[in-house]
Formats: sequence, structure tokens, C-alpha cells
Amino acid sequence: MGRMELLSGNEAIAIGAYESGVVVATAYPGTPSTEILENIKIYEEIYCQWSPNEKVALEVAMGASFAGARTLVAMKHVGVNVAADPFMTLSYTGIKGGLVLVSADDPAMHSSQNEQDNRHYAKMAKIPMLEPSDNQEAKDLVSKALEISERFDTPVLLRITTRIAHSEGRVKLYKRIENNRDYKFDKNPQKFVMIPAYARKRHAFVEDRLKKIKKYAENSELNKIELFSKDIGIITSGISYQYSKEVMPDASFLKLGMSYPLCRRKIYDFAKTVKKIFVIEEGDRFLENHIRAMGIELEAKLDELLLGELNIEKVESILYKKKYVKPKEIGRVSPPKMCTGCPHRGVFYILNRLKFTVTGDIGCYTLAVLPPLNSIDTCVCMGASIGNAIGLSKVIPEEDNKKVVAVIGDSTFIHSGITPLIDAVYNNSNITVIILDNETTAMTGGQDHPGTGITLKGNKTKALDFKKLCKAIGVSSVKTVDPYNLDEVKAAILRAKEVNGVSVVISKRKCILIDKESIKRPLKIDEEKCKICDMCIKLGCPAIIKVSEDEMGSIGKEKSIKKDKEKEKKKEKNKSKSENKSKNKSKDVPPVIDENLCTGCGLCEQVCKFDVIIPT
Amino acid sequence: MKNKLKNKMKKVNNILIVGLGGQGVLLASDVISMAAFKSGYDIKKSEVHGMSQRGGSVTTHVRFGSKIYSPLIKRGKADFILTLKNSEIERVKDFLSSDGKVIGVPEGFLDKLENKKTLNIAMIGILSKFLDISSKIWEEVIKETVPSKFQQLNLEAFEIGREGEFFIG
Repeated sequence: MGRMELLSGNEAIAIGAYESGVVVATAYPGTPSTEILENIKIYEEIYCQWSPNEKVALEVAMGASFAGARTLVAMKHVGVNVAADPFMTLSYTGIKGGLVLVSADDPAMHSSQNEQDNRHYAKMAKIPMLEPSDNQEAKDLVSKALEISERFDTPVLLRITTRIAHSEGRVKLYKRIENNRDYKFDKNPQKFVMIPAYARKRHAFVEDRLKKIKKYAENSELNKIELFSKDIGIITSGISYQYSKEVMPDASFLKLGMSYPLCRRKIYDFAKTVKKIFVIEEGDRFLENHIRAMGIELEAKLDELLLGELNIEKVESILYKKKYVKPKEIGRVSPPKMCTGCPHRGVFYILNRLKFTVTGDIGCYTLAVLPPLNSIDTCVCMGASIGNAIGLSKVIPEEDNKKVVAVIGDSTFIHSGITPLIDAVYNNSNITVIILDNETTAMTGGQDHPGTGITLKGNKTKALDFKKLCKAIGVSSVKTVDPYNLDEVKAAILRAKEVNGVSVVISKRKCILIDKESIKRPLKIDEEKCKICDMCIKLGCPAIIKVSEDEMGSIGKEKSIKKDKEKEKKKEKNKSKSENKSKNKSKDVPPVIDENLCTGCGLCEQVCKFDVIIPT
Repeated sequence: MKNKLKNKMKKVNNILIVGLGGQGVLLASDVISMAAFKSGYDIKKSEVHGMSQRGGSVTTHVRFGSKIYSPLIKRGKADFILTLKNSEIERVKDFLSSDGKVIGVPEGFLDKLENKKTLNIAMIGILSKFLDISSKIWEEVIKETVPSKFQQLNLEAFEIGREGEFFIG
């Protein structure tokens, strides 16, 4: 009898790995998958690590699997693109110890650059895919996936979405299965060396394996029929099952725990028992297209439901054939902002003032695209900033290229920025790269990486030296600056642009969220002396608040957010102050600094030409 | 015992919690869902991580009862909207059911608190009056969830919310 706990899907998967005897787990952090490894690291029995990127993470797991170890690799959906190269051929080599790849998809793009549906990867790689519909299944399917992996000599894709990864629910826990295996690599070139001659044979193996897994799918309890009403049958998988069950608990269900390959016979049988069949799935028409191709008539799903996350309202509109009315955007969602004291802010303030074109990358600093900083011009994928800058430099006039820089975070640079930097040097490019080194993977909540010198398990290791690395690559000039010093940042960027060849500026300061020690006394604005030039507002610091109607120009949304904030603030702050303010609510009101938010970073002090920003 | 629980749990409780990143919305929803969990309910909680630390809007859904399927609340079905920032209510108000309640920060409420950071727990105090969860469990969960040096402060904040008479719209 197991113990019951309240767990998130990611915690459940971590425990699932532990219970099923996993001994190696690897990942690169990425929302919504990050917490899987963060929860695995507590187990002494499991060796786990952050890898520089998802491709390496998978390759490390493969190596361990080839020696017979049970392994788990976790990544976000777009991470699978990075790992796709080893993944596709891993399907050919197969495994020795069970290997499960967890793909955490992010429909609705809560924190992602696209909402690709990774179920297609299972089909492309011709490997089985399991989809949990709740957290209990998230845990239990890890063990099932490893069992299937070892039984059929295949990697298994465990596909989850944000609503599984980040939702909490009741989960029953069990004991760890100890597998007393000897880990040993047995030479087997026909299996592990994918030269064309051997790979051709393995491809035949893959096709044959898929047939066997199809047979397994027919009889597996992973694909469950729940017979109730004969009028309506719903074929579904993953979180979509929960929404459907909520809307129509009395319908009959075919719930697919294994959503690739499909249990065709079971689907035909189910289709015969019900009058109407709906396929309820989030994202692409993955199940729908497969099932339609089997000649089964399905009720239609609207095109607009291909966008974003599924929810109860959308499922209702499908099942009751009501028009789906997109909820009106009421009120304003406060957009995320760079934190107060964020070391990135100074760099983007300068880039904005210099009116530079900035090829951007993936990380918190992408937020600099928003007003008032308005200083990110591209953002595509991990590492793209440098390649994009090289491409630009090859075609735009030299004069324009003097105003182009690439910006990339430390973790992102290690993930995918080093090879394009080599490209830049190798192909005689004239570009400047700013490495925003905040000594953590901030966007996903502050994970360590090779540059921090600390491993996932918390052990000390050699820290990657960015300066030495750049020099070794052949970068002409490398300059490290403190982003809290605006003059230094500006001078370094302008000097870097004068360099012929590749120049790198390293903006080095710890993320304010992990460096509480650098939080200093808050600053304040001397209202009497303030000339209301609003330069400090241009920093986009959440602590500097302005009440007037006109300060944000045409950016209506921002304006009203600030206004609301100010109203709120007034209620909360001590009354004498706020009474003064509310009397003259015009554009002539000086900004105020919220002392609860201010970290005393001093940027506003530096941009103020009249020295009216002073310590509290 | 089981039957008794079943009767009490028939109703599904839908609670939407909103605020801004850094206000303690996530901790508040942790406390509510853990209290529901410890009371024996089936429970699902859903939140979105990632950018929530950056001061943006944060929303979490907590649902508990005898059996919960969807981790998300349907629009028009929230029994309670609990907010730590009253300006955040507007964007989620269409989630409220016709007889649902908005629990906003009452006028002058912050002044009653010794430490403003306990607002989240104090607001749960107000909410707790409407939920079938015992004081003992609330206390136990608050003790387990907040850092030990803030335990007393938070327990007091909870009491201020639970004992006070506030107009709930």
C-alpha cells in the first residue's frame, strides 16, 4: 500500500524515475520541464546532470543506456528539436537499458517561442509514445515506458503538456525497484555503429519493431475503453481526457495511454459500439488524421481550436457543436517585466539610446523587446542571435552594420552560441556579440550551468571561462563590463563596434534573484528638485512609477497599467504622501520610486542629469 | 468515515487566485490545495510557471471535491476569486459563477497586518470561513508551508483574516 502525496506532474515523473530504478537522468532546463531534474537530484541512487543542451543530454543518456542503465532525459518541446539528431538514429540503434525521453510541450506558449506538437516526433522516429492524463499516470507511465523500452529495444517518448507538468494532484507512491544490474558495454557494431551498411539492417528492425508494438498496443491496458452512453464516443489522450470527462462524464471513452502507434483494432471496435465519435485532442489533428485515414467517420473539429491550449469551454463547443466564442480580453494582463535590479536593464537602456539593431536570443532579456526599452529586434531559438548577426553583416551596408549587435545569455551561449561564434571568426565576419552573463539560467528559475562552476547535484566543478573561450576561438577583442555602470557599458559597446572582426563584450553581474547580497538601500526622487525630464522612466524599471497621463506617449496599455498601479499604491501607501500626489495628477508630476521594489542598483541615479535621485 | 466524507465532498469547490508575480500567489495556492488535500478531498491545482517571477499577472486554479477531472476552472464556474491585487480582478471576472464571491483586499486591510508580506495568508484567512476545512488543518499547513521564522506572523495574519468582518462582494 503506497503513501499518498500532493504532487505536480513533474515531481511525479521524478518519483516515477526513482521508483522504476532509473540510475541516470539528464536534461537542459526549459519550461515546463525543468522541475523534473530538480526533483530527481535529491536521490542518491540516481546520477543526474544538467547538460549544456538537449542534444548532449540525450547523448549522455544514450551512453548510459548502451551500458545497460535505465535512463530518463527531460526537455521542453523545442528542446527535442535540438536533440532530434541523436533521437532519430537512437530509434535505429535501440537501447540496452530502458530509455525514456520526456517531452514537455507548451501549448499556448506560456513560456515558449512556438507551440509545436511533439507527438509528430514519435511517428517520425517510429517509436512508441505514452501520454499521461493526470499526475498518477505521469508517475506510473515512467515505469511502463521503461518496461516497453526494454521489451522492444526502443526509446520511448513520454509526452506531457504544461497542464500535466505544472498541475498538482493526488499521487500514490511505491517503493523503488532495485535492479541489480552490471553495467557493461558489450561491443555490438551492427547495433551501435550506424554506418550505412548496418543502419540499413537496423531500419528493417525498426519497421518490424513498430509492427510488434502495434500488436502490443491492441492488448495493452494503457488504452482503456470506458463504456457508458452508446450515443457519443470520445477518443482522447493526455489532459484532453480530463476536459472531456468534465464536460461529458456519461459519454463512452477510449482513452489512449499509448497514442503512437495506435491500437487500430480497438479503435474500430469502439467505433462500432457508439453512434457518433469525437476526437478530443490539444494541438494538431494528430489522432484525428490517423483515425480518419482508417476510414472512420469523425465529428469535425474547428480550425480555430488548433491554436492555444484546450480547455473546458473549447471541448464543450466541440461536443455540443456550439460555436466557440473566444472570451473577450477584459482588463489588462500585466506583462512580465525585467525585475528591479536586473543586470540586463543597463545594457538594453544603452542599446536603446544608441538606436542599435539587436539580434536577440532566448532568455529573460527577450523582455527588452517591450517598451520602453524596445531594444530586441529578433528572437527565434537558442543561439540564433549570433548567426542572425553574421547573416545581417554579410548583406547590409557597412555603415548600418556599425549599429548591429547580437545579445545572448550565458546559459544560452553555452547551449548554442559557441558554434556560431566560431562561424563568425572563421568566416571573417564583422560582428559584435554581447554575452549577458548573469551566472545562472535565470528564465527557468536559476539553474546552474558550465559557466557557474556548480553541478546539478551541488558539487563544485571547473567553471567555463568565457573570456578565455572567446580568445581561443579567435575573437579579436573581449571586454568585460559591469552592467550597473552605464558609462562603462556604453564605452565598451562603442569601442567593440570599432574593432575590425569579431568583438565580444561580456556584461557580467549575477542575476538579482540569486544575488540578494547586492540589494542595497532603496533610492528616492527629490520631488522638489526633479525637473520631470522622465529619463529615469526610460529604464523601464518596475519600481519607478509615474502618475501622469502623457508619460508613455502612444503606449496606451502601458499607461493604464501604470495608472492602476499608482492608484493601488495610493491606497496602500501612507496617506499624507498620496494626498499630495492625487491633487496634481498631470504630466508635471515627478515620478516616484517604490521603495519596496527598489534594489538600489543605481541606474536611475546615473541617467538623472539633475542629480535628484538620492538614497532614502 | 468515507461516506460522511463523500457527502461533504459532493460539491466541487472552484477557487481562482490572482495577483502579481512576487506577491505570494503561488504560496497561497499551495496552502489552499494542501489544506484541501489533508482534508481528504480530491484536488487539482494548476498554475503557469516560467515568467511569473517577473512581476507579471499570475493566476492559479484550485479545484477540490470528491472527484476532480479538469485542473482548470471553467469560465463562469469559479465559486471564489481570491485576489492579492484588486486591479487584477477585472481580467478574470468572467470566471466568477453567478453566486460566486470575489474576495478582494478590503480597504485598510494591509494596515492591520504587521508585515505586508503576510497578505497572502491573511487573505486565505478570509477565504477559509467559506470552506469546509478545519482550523486545525489550516494551522498545520501554514506551519509547514511558510519559513519557520515567519510562522507566528503568518498564523496571526491568518487569524486577522479569519476573525475579521469584511464585506465580500
